[in-house]
Amino acid sequence: MIGGLIPSLAIVTALLIGGVIIWASGPRLDGPWFGIWFVVEAYQALVEGAFGSRASTIDTVLRTVPYLFTGLAVMVGFRGGMFNIGAEGQLAVGALASAWVGFTVTSLPLIIHLPLVLLTGCLAGAIWGGIAGLLKARTGAHEVITTIMLNYVGGQLAAYLLNGVLRDRSPLNVIAQTPKVAETARLPDLIPGLHSGVILVIGVAVLVWFVLWKTTMGFELRMVGINPDAASYAGVNVVRRMTWAMGVSGLLAGLAGAVQVAGVNYRSTLGFNVGYGFDSIAIALLGRNTVSGVVLSSILFAALRTGATKLQFRTQISTDIISVIQALVLLMIAADQIIRWIYRIGPAQPEAVADATSTAAPVASSESGR
Amino acid sequence: MTRGRFAFIIGCIGLLIGGAEVLRSPDVSASIVAASMLATMLRFATPLTLGALAGLLCERSGVANIAIEGMMLSAAFGAFLGAAATKNLLIGVLAGMAVGVAMATLHAWLSVTLRVDQIVSGTVINIMAAGITGFLSTEVVRRQALVGAGLLPALRIPVLADLPVVGPVFQQQPIAWVALLLVPITHLVIFHTPWGLRLRSVGELPRAAHAAGINVIRTRYTAVMIGGAIAGIGGAYFTLESVPAFEPLMTNGRGFIALAALIFGGWTPAGAWAASLLFGAANALHINAQQFGIPVPAQIVGMFPYLLTIVILAGVIGRVSPPAAVGTPYEAD
Repeated sequence: MIGGLIPSLAIVTALLIGGVIIWASGPRLDGPWFGIWFVVEAYQALVEGAFGSRASTIDTVLRTVPYLFTGLAVMVGFRGGMFNIGAEGQLAVGALASAWVGFTVTSLPLIIHLPLVLLTGCLAGAIWGGIAGLLKARTGAHEVITTIMLNYVGGQLAAYLLNGVLRDRSPLNVIAQTPKVAETARLPDLIPGLHSGVILVIGVAVLVWFVLWKTTMGFELRMVGINPDAASYAGVNVVRRMTWAMGVSGLLAGLAGAVQVAGVNYRSTLGFNVGYGFDSIAIALLGRNTVSGVVLSSILFAALRTGATKLQFRTQISTDIISVIQALVLLMIAADQIIRWIYRIGPAQPEAVADATSTAAPVASSESGR
Repeated sequence: MTRGRFAFIIGCIGLLIGGAEVLRSPDVSASIVAASMLATMLRFATPLTLGALAGLLCERSGVANIAIEGMMLSAAFGAFLGAAATKNLLIGVLAGMAVGVAMATLHAWLSVTLRVDQIVSGTVINIMAAGITGFLSTEVVRRQALVGAGLLPALRIPVLADLPVVGPVFQQQPIAWVALLLVPITHLVIFHTPWGLRLRSVGELPRAAHAAGINVIRTRYTAVMIGGAIAGIGGAYFTLESVPAFEPLMTNGRGFIALAALIFGGWTPAGAWAASLLFGAANALHINAQQFGIPVPAQIVGMFPYLLTIVILAGVIGRVSPPAAVGTPYEAD
């Protein structure tokens, strides 16, 4: 439980600072209690907007799905000592590839077509991420830079294909997007309005946990993440594990794109991936690179984003307040000395340190510089 | 930075402009293509050059900087606000620089003092810049209906500015001139002054620098903060030289491209400047391709600089290596 203390305090503190900002940007009316009432009202609207009705709860869950996939993606990278800034690009190529298989193939039954669509997205994302992993392992090219560059290459590739061969040619379409995928390429609804990708993402989260903590492969991956030299000395194939870490990371981000295509949009649209890259890093860091932490923080991020609309509707405060709160949370997670100082918590205990090394940052990233 | 690399980059620029000339449709005159390629290239290269120089100072001192984007974005907003509030463009530029320094100080505090992972710290600053500028631009600017104070006027060099084709080179706005001046200045400071030597030693082998009596922490703070000021000028370009308004996320990834230019140029000012011009030329071709009637898809041209950066980073054509201590926090004994 102690692992969740700092993140919880960071969230509470960020919400308090956010409250001050809301108070400062709110209207000035008579009465000393108005300001406090206004902030309470704003946060109440935020919670109602995220969980207040059946529709809003479904909306929050729908937003959680891609956050959880990409959060897990960044987490797997971190655990293997790789900092994946490229979730955005991997998600884009995953969505493109799965949409392509989704609308060009039309004669397969759902039981074959849908898995094919999802697997194609995984494969595209895995290749996109794997390139960065392979380059890091083989040549030392730093994955932070190569994944940023691959984001742009992916963006340009998407722009090229969505304006070209993959573009929806129907006369009503005016934007860069694919045609809608076939009925057999769509995730069936679990309940009305909520696609079954939710089950998939929960399954994937359990699988990630199992592989990382219960298999030799996962053990080796985490070993490379903590100390690649020691891992190599112990006989681990570091090149293979690094490539694997980025490949799986890309695979999960690609799957996020595929599930958005198969479950929500039924097509790939230019630019829909923007923002997932940095949000997913924030989610992984807030979740301290544990599966349960990533699950909770992706729900939190989704709820904040979903509820923001109602907050704006009721208080006229811009939805961007959510980004400010997220940034504050991340700041205090990254520099947990701030939280320790505010709440007078002592420095991390030795046992906790061993755990924290793998959560704070990719330890291996400094070994070869960039 | 070897002469060979510099020549290679200039050659690439020539190839892009030459390619545009060869592939242009016959309806478009050669001089129009050259002139607009040149003008667009210079315009696009200005914030890249400044961003790359900012990153250069930071990384040469051993602090990785993926926060150039966030620094420039917040400075763009600060510059707009300063200029709009006072109706004075110079104060706008200074406000941009101040905001740049503030963000850089945060980066230094997180990564040098608190020893947070430098990439994480950069990520925090990028997310924070996007969030705060987005929030403030809707809350402050729209509510109080602040109007921009206009754009910095172009400074012309008489006679030369009237030349055909190359005229745009001699008629640029002040921040563009500042960027051009800062390239040799940074070069001189980094490679030919005692401070530059100290800076580089701190970025390569901080422990040895410390043993030689250099204050590693203070040197890193100074470098990161001067970098922040330069990034601030780069940010001011967006709201005081490009368009007289602030739009959320208006830097649009230019800070990351500046980072690529820095790497492409092998962590040297001249190289970073040449690479900025190359990225500018690629962008010029990218956005003008249709107008010139060039049959190559614009997006494929647009991919080119990023792919080249990956290839160079992987050491396929001429390896570049970063300052040895980049990414490692310094812990004094």
